[in-house]
Amino acid sequence: MLTLTHFMVLGAILFSISMAGVFINRKNVIILLMCVELMLLAVNTNFIAFSHFLGDSAGQVFVFFILTVAAAEAAIGLAILVVLFRNKRTINVEELDTLKG
Amino acid sequence: METFVFYVFSAFMVLSALMVITVNNPVKAAFFLVLTFFASAAIWLLLEAEFLAIILIIVYVGAVMVLFLFVVMMLDINMTKLKEGFVRNMPVAVAVAVAMFATIYFIVGGKTFDSYNFAPPERHGADYSNVSELGQVLYTEYVFAFEIAAVILLVGIVAAISLTLRRRPNTRHQKIEQQVAVKSKDRLRVIKVEPQERK
Repeated sequence: MLTLTHFMVLGAILFSISMAGVFINRKNVIILLMCVELMLLAVNTNFIAFSHFLGDSAGQVFVFFILTVAAAEAAIGLAILVVLFRNKRTINVEELDTLKG
Repeated sequence: METFVFYVFSAFMVLSALMVITVNNPVKAAFFLVLTFFASAAIWLLLEAEFLAIILIIVYVGAVMVLFLFVVMMLDINMTKLKEGFVRNMPVAVAVAVAMFATIYFIVGGKTFDSYNFAPPERHGADYSNVSELGQVLYTEYVFAFEIAAVILLVGIVAAISLTLRRRPNTRHQKIEQQVAVKSKDRLRVIKVEPQERK
């Protein structure tokens, strides 16, 4: 018998894994972008589970828009990454200190 | 049966997500991310979100992940330097992940979201169409948001192209407007040659 808790816990596990991924791969921008995609996937799973269990399709519409925005975000992020690599020959986060932040 | 399917695909999802964040090679990470997306599409099918499941595979696996693979394979990255600090950051990462999971589980794991409060809904019959139900609300209630999503995609296209467009001054381009605007008298000059006696 599947309850809403099953899906919520699955989303929580996935989100925690991607959070850990941000911490252990803090130098590689490509893996960081992949971790962001994983986080969005976890959130989308929660949305769809709520949509199913509440019988309301608004959650699925929201996931549709999240997918749209995430696709645009991935395209722009990878474009920035390509420009970055062309100019600095590295994608190491620690060497990106031009802004002195 | 449903529970079995859920656990199989959740196991796939969690294991491949773990592989995404631990493998050395970003190409392998991208492939494991594809596996994660497939397993999660199966989970979404279990939740009767057929349209979004197929969109996840078409858009994410078919477009976004291929874009990732293109970029990963185009750049030649020194992976050994990027892996420094992997072991050093591991305890912090595990601690943060466990703390975060414990916090979320404290909220969602209890009696709040069980089948007593949220009874599993009836399964729809074979004549139910998820696509038409989504379309009904997407083009009426959410049509403004839909248009904004289209504009966001357009901005994404323009931004990605203008960021990566490279102007190299030394390359030789055709100048189409000059080629079209050229007159015949610019190219062809008729000169009058007087006949001369051979000496």
